[in-house]
Order: sequence, then structure tokens, then C-alpha cells
Amino acid sequence: MKICVLVKEVPDAAVQKRIDPNTMRLDRSGEKNLNPFDTHALEAAMQIKEGGAIPVEEVVAVTMGPDSAVRALHKAVALGADRSVHLSDDALAGSDVCATGYALAKVLESESPDLVLLGQQSDDGECYTIGAVVADHLKMPSLTQVIQIDVSDGKLRCERQAEYGYDTVEVELPAVISVGDAINEPRYPSLKAIMGAKKKPLDSKATGDVGIEAGQVGEGGSKTKVLGLNPPPAKEAGEIIEDEDTNETVEKIVAWLDERKLI
Amino acid sequence: MAGILVYALHDDEGNFNKNSLGAISEAARLAGEVGGEAAALVVGDVADDACASLGNNGAAKVYRANSVPQGLAQPIVDAMAKVIQDEGISYALFGGGLLGFEIGAGLTARLNAGVTMEVTAVKVQDGKLVAERPILQDSEIADVGYVSEPGIIIGRLNAFDANESGGTAEVVDVDVELSEWSTKAKMVQRGEQRGADVNIEDADILVGGGRGLGAAEGFKLCEELAESMGGAVAATRAVVDAGWYPYAAQIGQTGKTVAPKLYLAAGVSGAIQHKVGMQNSENILAINKDPNAPIFEFSDLGVVGDLHKIVPKLTEAIKAKRG
Ligand SMILES: Cc1cc2nc3c(=O)[nH]c(=O)nc-3n(C[C@H](O)[C@H](O)[C@H](O)COP(=O)(O)OP(=O)(O)OC[C@H]3O[C@@H](n4cnc5c(N)ncnc54)[C@H](O)[C@@H]3O)c2cc1C
Ligand SMILES: Nc1ncnc2c1ncn2[C@@H]1O[C@H](COP(=O)(O)O)[C@@H](O)[C@H]1O
Repeated sequence: MKICVLVKEVPDAAVQKRIDPNTMRLDRSGEKNLNPFDTHALEAAMQIKEGGAIPVEEVVAVTMGPDSAVRALHKAVALGADRSVHLSDDALAGSDVCATGYALAKVLESESPDLVLLGQQSDDGECYTIGAVVADHLKMPSLTQVIQIDVSDGKLRCERQAEYGYDTVEVELPAVISVGDAINEPRYPSLKAIMGAKKKPLDSKATGDVGIEAGQVGEGGSKTKVLGLNPPPAKEAGEIIEDEDTNETVEKIVAWLDERKLI
Repeated sequence: MAGILVYALHDDEGNFNKNSLGAISEAARLAGEVGGEAAALVVGDVADDACASLGNNGAAKVYRANSVPQGLAQPIVDAMAKVIQDEGISYALFGGGLLGFEIGAGLTARLNAGVTMEVTAVKVQDGKLVAERPILQDSEIADVGYVSEPGIIIGRLNAFDANESGGTAEVVDVDVELSEWSTKAKMVQRGEQRGADVNIEDADILVGGGRGLGAAEGFKLCEELAESMGGAVAATRAVVDAGWYPYAAQIGQTGKTVAPKLYLAAGVSGAIQHKVGMQNSENILAINKDPNAPIFEFSDLGVVGDLHKIVPKLTEAIKAKRG
């Protein structure tokens, strides 16, 4: 079977993220990285491939993003993907969840995967939703926040935590699964894999190549609009203690607790 | 188009979820301003009076999709999409919870509709709903409007309070044809409780442990500290998923909501999904070695340091003090 893994390039965790007040979009300048949550999806793909319960011919990393997103694809390939697909087009800039999910579904359609894996959330957008949007467009069953996948008889047996405890769900293929970060411990890429990543095939696609209707994407095709930004209600800043001398720190904590009659 | 449709989640015993009831009350308040009525959708074989009782929280109508299974999102997307289209409903609203995210996302694709998630408040501007969505670790709040109807609003856990208005809802049965792909996922087991059945809701003092404890054994430190203060121990999803601590002790979006006199977090980063379950605690004290941990943004006392050094000494000091 063919597994497609959706990966995204996000600002590095160390970068202070901000919204550009002119465009109302995330300021994407500065260091960027592969969304850390997506490394769990790549690892899950590799474990299915290496597990052998079902033959996997190919793992394909797929992203939608600006030119720089190629670097996220190189990282994905270094982590084990066989090749990658980059959907990139100026027409896509400013797409909301509805438009992004549609565009990703279109590029996935052109790959006809048996399984689509995603991360639990993008580190910048934190929408938790792209998987379920893509699944409905592809007319595939889906589940999010999955922390265990077992393959047997060509079906997936998935576990995840939902509102009332842990659910076990059997999902037929083809399917779209977003994985939670507890599913695995992603491997580190080998130096050889990092060096070889740029030699693996990378297809660049524009909207027209995969049948995306221009009116359905980008700022114009989006169904939501950010009307304004406001600071959150002011909250009194808490006190901070840096632990230098632990005995002293503990004394301060006890005094703080005592003052509030908590001990 | 008019009206707001809420999905009313219930457990296997038929008890409606508190967050769904809150969403119904919020829908009733908003419908009063933008016009139309607040309606709820219920799936499964729920009794007439249980459905009608949602009127008490503000639902004028309850659509019951008898044959639609509960627990998985896609069949419910089929049901909600049908009611929204047949009735010309303007907005779908969800209380916090995992299923609401999945159903709302599915509807986005199905109805080509705008979606906003993690919404903490909804207001009316020019006769339309505008969702307030905190972004970038809650450092800014975006006002999100919809360019077309329907619009989908997924609330953050505990964003909407349930009010009791004393009404009774009209119950309308709907026939829903499931999409082919909605039948391809099947619930094998729902709501399994992993680990011991512990009680954290009644404790005045909670010591919350996270991945920073390093290993399951790390919870010993939390237990000793909690014991020294007469409290109980709670946990994050990360450590519950890892099998370090029982699910019954989990706080957050897919766990419990608590508001003790003291919440002492050890090795907890303070992710939004954790915060929503404990932010109303009277006093929040966090011990974390990362000065940039989000939890310090909403702690009353933040201690930057190694919990393995601090917690044992703190336990000793409290024991000594209490005698
Ligand atoms: C749909 C959804 C639902 C979710 N539901 C929940 C939920 O119900 N409850 C919940 O808790 N989470 C939930 N999460 C997960 C949440 O997003 C976080 O991943 C989780 O809360 C992180 O747990 P943590 O703080 O234990 O781990 P981490 O985020 O890994 O944080 C560990 C912290 O420990 C600190 N640390 C490490 N070593 C030390 C040391 N020696 N001394 C002091 N500090 C140290 C680190 O600096 C770090 O801040 C959900 C996520 C999603 C997407
Ligand atoms: N632009 C994108 N390109 C590829 N995958 C994406 C993109 N945006 C989101 N995803 C995938 O969707 C998951 C959830 O993202 P989100 O819904 O934004 O929190 C991520 O972990 C990625 O796997």
C-alpha cells in the first residue's frame, strides 16, 4: 500500500510567534522547522512499513506551503519517506482551514493513498482539524488523536482517548488517521539519511496540476475572516522564583503556602 | 437562513455532557440576538423526555437521529449536515470536547463552511456571529467572522455555561442516510477506564504531575507531597497515555475539570488542553525547569527549577511545619 504523510513547516519553537497586523496572518519570517507533531506521523508510517503486517510500497511526504517548505520535506525524507510532494502556489496564501483542507485533499487525490497520516496539531495553527476535513473530501473514514495503530486483515485497529476514556475503533482502508504524540518516540535521522535527502524525488505541484479551483483557496476562497486582534484580559502577573539555593526556595514556597492558609 | 444547531453529546447511560448543555444555552442566547431558534441534535435511541429536557437549557427543538450511532464523528456529520441543509440553519455550535472538533471539521468539508475552533466567546456584530479565538498560546485573541453561511463554531472546553430556563423542547425525528465512508469505522470499545479509579474532584489540594517527572516512578514524589498536605494527585494526558498514572486522575480537555484551593503542578508544561481543566483553581503553583513554560503565564507562583531537587525538600519542610 501507499502511505501519504501530511507534514507542515512551522516557525521554530524558539521563535517568538506574532501576527502581522497588516495581513492578519502569522509572521513566517525567522527560523523554521518541521512541525514536531508530524515526526510522530512519519514514525508511525515507518513502523507500519517495517512491521510487515501489510506490505508498504511507498511512504510519501506531502506539504502545502511556500518555497521554504521544501526544507520540511527534506527533513521528512531524512526521517524515512521515500519521496515528497510540494503543493506551492501564490494562489494558496491566506487559506483558512476550509480552503487548506480542500487543497490538501486535492493533492492527496492525485496520489491515491491507502492511508493518510497526520500529526495531532500544527505547532503554529493549532487547529486539530485538518485530518477530519481532508477525510470528508476524500470520502474516507477517519479518526484523530490515535495513540496505537495495529494492522490486521487489511484493517486498522486504533486506540485513542476521547471524552469518556479510551476508545478502540476498527477502521477500514483507505483511511485518514491523525496520530497523538504518545503514539511513538520518533527516531533521529542518520547523517547518511540527511545527506541523501535532497537526492530523493520531490514533485512540485501548482494548484492547476491537481485540479484545485482557484476560487476555493487563498484569502478569497476562505470562508472565515480575521476581523481584528485583541490582547487577552489582563491578568496579574504571578511571582517567579528562580531556584538557586533549594533550601531557600523551599522556605519561600512554604511561606507563600502559609500566607494563603494552604498548609 | 436562520438558527443555530448544537450537537448534544451523551454518554452510554444517556447523560448529556455538561459542555453540550453549555453550548445549547449559548446558542439560545445568540439566537435571541441574530434571530431563529436554538436547536440540538441527538443521535441514538434517546427517550422523548430526555430529548425534551434539553429545552430546559434553551433548545426550542431537538432533532433525534435514532439510527445514527454515537461515539464516532462521521455518522454525526451526516446527521448534522442533513438538518442544517433541510432546515436552512445558519450556524453549528459545539461545546469543547474531542468529538466536537471532529464533527465540526467534517461539516466544514461537507458544507464548504468556515470553521473556528478553541472559541472562548461568541458575539454578534451586524447581525452575524463573530467568534473569539485565542491564538499563539493565548497571547492574542482573534475576532473571526464568517463570509458565508453556515458558519461552524467549536468552543473551548468550559467556555459556555449551562443555564436553566425551564422550557421543554419539541422533539423531531430525522431519518439520516449514512454516507458510505461513515460506516467504515466501527467502535469496538468505548470509554475504557485505564488504571485505578481515583477521585480528584473532591480534593482541596491537588498535586499535578506531568512528563517532567521523567518516569512512572516520579509520581511517588507527587504522592508524598500530596500526602504531606492532605491532597490528591492529578496528571496530564501525556503521562496517562504513557501509562504512568490512571486516566481517572487526568485533568483537561479529555479528562476532568477541577477547581481546588491549590493546584501545584510539577513538570507540567501548561498546554491549553490541560489549562482548560484547571485554570479556575484558586491558587496555582508551578514547578518547571523551563522558564518559558506556558504554565508560568497563568501561575500565581512559578518556581523555575528541577522538581527532583525541589519537591522532596518541599515535602519534608511541609511535614516538619505541620508536625
Ligand atoms: C485533542 C487534545 C486533547 C488533549 N487533552 C488533554 C487533557 O485532557 N489533559 C492534558 O493534560 N493534556 C491534553 N492534551 C495534551 C496536551 O496538548 C499536552 O501535550 C499535555 O498536556 C502535555 O503534558 P505534560 O505537561 O505532562 O508534558 P510536556 O508538555 O512534555 O511538559 C513537560 C514539562 O516538564 C518540564 N520538565 C522536564 N523535566 C523537568 C524537571 N526535572 N523539573 C521540572 N520540570 C521539568 C518541561 O520543561 C516541560 O515543560 C490534549 C491534546 C489534544 C490535541
Ligand atoms: N499546510 C499543510 N501542509 C501539510 N500538512 C498540513 C498542513 N497544515 C496542517 N497539516 C497537517 O495537519 C495536522 C494538523 O494540523 P492543524 O489542524 O493545523 O492543527 C498537522 O500535524 C499536519 O500533519
